[in-house]
Amino acid sequence: MNHDPVICAAHPVGDRAVLLDLDGPESVRRVHADLVRHPVEGIVDVVPGARTVLLIAEQGRSRALGIAVQRARKPMDTTATQLTERTVRLPVRYDGADLAEVAARCGMSIEEVIARHSRRTYATAFLGLVPGFAYLTGLDPALHLPRRESPRTCVPAGSLAMASEYTGVYPCSSPGGWHLLGTTDSALWDVEQHPPALLTPGTTVQFDPIR
Amino acid sequence: MNPRRELLIHHPGTLTLVQDLGRPGHASLGVPPSGAADPSALKLANRLVGNPENTAALEITLGGLIAEFTTGRWLALTGAEPPARLDDTPLAANAPHFARPGQILRLERPSCRGLRTYLAISGGIDVPPVLGSRSTDLMSGLGPPPLRNGTRLPLGPSTAAALNVDIAPVPGPAPTPTLDIVPGPRDDWFIPQALTLLTSNEYTVTSEANRIGIRLSGPALTRRETTELPSEGMMTGALQVPPTGLPILFLNDHPTTGGYPVIAVVTTASLPSAAQLVPGDTLRFRLTTSRPSQRWQ
Repeated sequence: MNHDPVICAAHPVGDRAVLLDLDGPESVRRVHADLVRHPVEGIVDVVPGARTVLLIAEQGRSRALGIAVQRARKPMDTTATQLTERTVRLPVRYDGADLAEVAARCGMSIEEVIARHSRRTYATAFLGLVPGFAYLTGLDPALHLPRRESPRTCVPAGSLAMASEYTGVYPCSSPGGWHLLGTTDSALWDVEQHPPALLTPGTTVQFDPIR
Repeated sequence: MNPRRELLIHHPGTLTLVQDLGRPGHASLGVPPSGAADPSALKLANRLVGNPENTAALEITLGGLIAEFTTGRWLALTGAEPPARLDDTPLAANAPHFARPGQILRLERPSCRGLRTYLAISGGIDVPPVLGSRSTDLMSGLGPPPLRNGTRLPLGPSTAAALNVDIAPVPGPAPTPTLDIVPGPRDDWFIPQALTLLTSNEYTVTSEANRIGIRLSGPALTRRETTELPSEGMMTGALQVPPTGLPILFLNDHPTTGGYPVIAVVTTASLPSAAQLVPGDTLRFRLTTSRPSQRWQ
């Protein structure tokens, strides 16, 4: 049963954007999917977050924001909530540098960490941080840990990691504060592809442990 | 056989990048908008040489560029004004000049205020676009790499359009500029005095300043809300406040999402001033009056 998204608040952001506080990831998905399928002229970016959607207008087109906010309250699309029904399976070597520490802090063996992480099906909630970095939801609550106290200055490309309720793969080497669980050789970002990101909002993800 | 039409870089200076007006529209994939940090200066430089405003040009940080034209082209320099010469001839900023094949353009360090100079060349810089733009994104590595000694930049075909502007009088960057800001979206995460502090004191540009953002020093902004902010979309011009309480002013290569609250956002019209700030410069912030159209109910 689809309900209209619940917009808790709408905040001006500078002189050509609005940030919508929504009641949760489901409303974020609905608002984002609707504005992608039925774009509002003059809106250049629709940026989903954990509980928000940021609407950015082209310069001189701030009036489009009013239309976009109205649309967010009552999306045109009453059918599907997902932008895509695609599922991606990523082969992963569970050899991450933080596996032992994660196991200790979660009170379980390394094998159980791997089992609990790899048997879940994840949803792509939103992208951020660097191009192609997808925040995946669906992580087993028993594995929820806050970010590392001391972030690494360089996390290798292809690293599978997790923090709080999210898991994800770093598409390129970058600084990072998440716990490293493993490595994948799959390319998360390729500018030659359309879209260039392997994981986009709505994509379902599963991890296949390999040796 | 056609001679190659190129700009041959003898010395790139401190940091010289190809920039056009960027690649907005891919933020939901984690791609920053990039583009010229001072878009007004880029657009003016392009207009002066008869290019469309979005044509790729060079963004030169702190001068120092030495470049040779292998073909005849119009050029214009805008933004920060380092002393510039074409062979032995001094060049005025904000005016078109014609470079003959073999002539060498030399920029020194800016002696007046300002950080970024824009060099537009008729026909534009013709490197392959990535996601619709020729801009370099220093955070993600998209677009062409920074210029180095020996870089050969292809130039697009020069249009035959007649130039009809001799010089465009443009005021240079001001000392201690005032940047207009719109409060929010997370001003309510701070104690009420924070906005007052922000708008009644000078802040100073630290040496940690680049196209991703500018770290500022000055009175710290105290949070009222101490829980973690779930990641949310970010904007060029945002004043994001990490736990230190010292704001970071996001520029064009900023990360598209962030987990620290944004107390206010610099307006589009004030961004060119932000782009010209040099480490050590001071600045002030001023609240713009909220317009009725910004009341979202």
